[in-house]
Amino acid sequence: MSERVAVRKTYKLFIGGKFPRSESGRSYLVQSANVSLASRKDARDAVVAARAAVKGWAGATAYNRGQILYRVAEMLEGRREQFVALGLPADEVDAAIDRWVWYAGWSDKLSQVYGGANPVAGPYFNLSAPEPTGVVAAVAPEEPALLGLVSVIAPAIVSGNTVVVAASPVAPLAAVTLAEVLATSDLPGGVVNILTGRLAETVPTLAAHMDVNAIDLTGVADAELAADLEIRAAENLKRVLRPAPADHDWHADPGITRMTTLLETKTVWHPKGV
Amino acid sequence: MTATTTSARSDLTELGRSETALRTFLHGLPGVDQVGAEQRAAQLGTRSIKTTAKAEAIDLAIRMVDLTTLEGADTPGKVRALAAKALRPDPADPSCPHVGAVCVYPSMVPHVAEVLRGSGVHLASVATAFPSGQAPLEIKLADVRAAVEAGADEIDMVINRGAFLAGRYSEVYDEIVATKEACGNAHLKVILETGELATYDNVRRASWLAMLAGGDFIKTSTGKVPVAATLPVTLVMLEAVRDFRAATGRQVGVKPAGGIKTTKDAIKYLVMVNETVGADWLSPDWFRFGASSLLNDLLMQRTKLTTGVYAGPDYFTLD
Repeated sequence: MSERVAVRKTYKLFIGGKFPRSESGRSYLVQSANVSLASRKDARDAVVAARAAVKGWAGATAYNRGQILYRVAEMLEGRREQFVALGLPADEVDAAIDRWVWYAGWSDKLSQVYGGANPVAGPYFNLSAPEPTGVVAAVAPEEPALLGLVSVIAPAIVSGNTVVVAASPVAPLAAVTLAEVLATSDLPGGVVNILTGRLAETVPTLAAHMDVNAIDLTGVADAELAADLEIRAAENLKRVLRPAPADHDWHADPGITRMTTLLETKTVWHPKGV
Repeated sequence: MTATTTSARSDLTELGRSETALRTFLHGLPGVDQVGAEQRAAQLGTRSIKTTAKAEAIDLAIRMVDLTTLEGADTPGKVRALAAKALRPDPADPSCPHVGAVCVYPSMVPHVAEVLRGSGVHLASVATAFPSGQAPLEIKLADVRAAVEAGADEIDMVINRGAFLAGRYSEVYDEIVATKEACGNAHLKVILETGELATYDNVRRASWLAMLAGGDFIKTSTGKVPVAATLPVTLVMLEAVRDFRAATGRQVGVKPAGGIKTTKDAIKYLVMVNETVGADWLSPDWFRFGASSLLNDLLMQRTKLTTGVYAGPDYFTLD
């Protein structure tokens, strides 16, 4: 009997819940694998998919979103060995799963902590409620490949945003494998879209895109590129999360700023008494 | 297609006089090769139109749009807003051309006419008991006359599909002739409702029937049935207008309507027009898109080409 030939995986993009190749047909060799090299048009398609998913995801109850995010953590746990086999340190994988669970818990607590009743001098109830800003473009840090990625995706989607994330160009396999987890976790298609390839190609398109509401520049190490992206983002007043400092400790408590930056506050006045 | 070119001109004008002659002629038209038509349409859809050619195609497509609202919930205010948009689709860019026409229900015609007067944008009205066409002939004709009197210069009529499918071609023919007469100087677009005609052969027959009876335009659909304009159906209709001009010398326009939502779709149609009937039809006088959401996508693509930045729907009107 002949020796079995192993089936090799094609690493593709993750757009709208599907795994398409790059529209350009290009790929690049990284981590001993061929990975899709996303183009401007892939970035545009991802924004279209993310926009289409906003209504359903933002409209879902916080409880439902939380359940789906917990489910993602369950699936991550089940694939722990697969991530370790990609060369990720086991403690980073564990930290990424814990980080995901931590953010999942925030889904039905965020509006209580960050919103609430405001004291006003008049016969009114005055209530502020945080709402998702819409489509978020995000740049994952180069390292740590999985923990960093989870730390930009989870805070964006927990409140009902949808996200287009540019994965680490040097370690994209963790991102594509995470996409497989997301695709099997009841997460609606388009809520998370992952682009692999060169940042300089896709991110300026996302930063200038008029249908993107916020941009998270966490993974942009090049200060000049970061400044250029902020200028592009100013055109339609995107909310901006600045790049993380080089010595950022990803294992530390992340705080809630990453979530709250990607929110819009809605305040309503309601007459009382009578 | 050779059968049509061999017909003498005089024969064609006589056809309407007898049911038998009409049936013999329509059933004598060559059958449509379904697989061939679909493959040809799909193949033409793969052409890549970029940069300056794309910019020209987008402007042409904007000039060809029949900006349409045919809802029970239409109000005078809504159609006036739509007419204003037809005149100046992109308020931020004066170089953006106006659309071909505004298409509304007859009761809304007076409100649109006020806005469009003297602008060069045509005013189309659906009539003849749109969308079903199931009303007595006198009522349909009264509908047409009312729309024309109110200021419509294009009438979109629906054919009697029940009669057509039952093979009563004379009845359909006579209705179109009567409607054309009621139109006076207004252009007549004949809606075949291809989604209800079931076969491409029927589409070809209905196209010829509408042209023989005097239609100035043939239009695919009302937009009110699940299957609206498709590329293969439009291909069959384009072939029909090409052969009709070869046989009679009269040029008839084509209007696909319904389901065309993106710039990409629109450009596929333009490629097909150019490749099937040639540049003679690449003008708003001879080819139109019946659409509502298409215009915003065209404007977004146009903005992308002029600014280099992808546009978002937040910056264009909802209508």
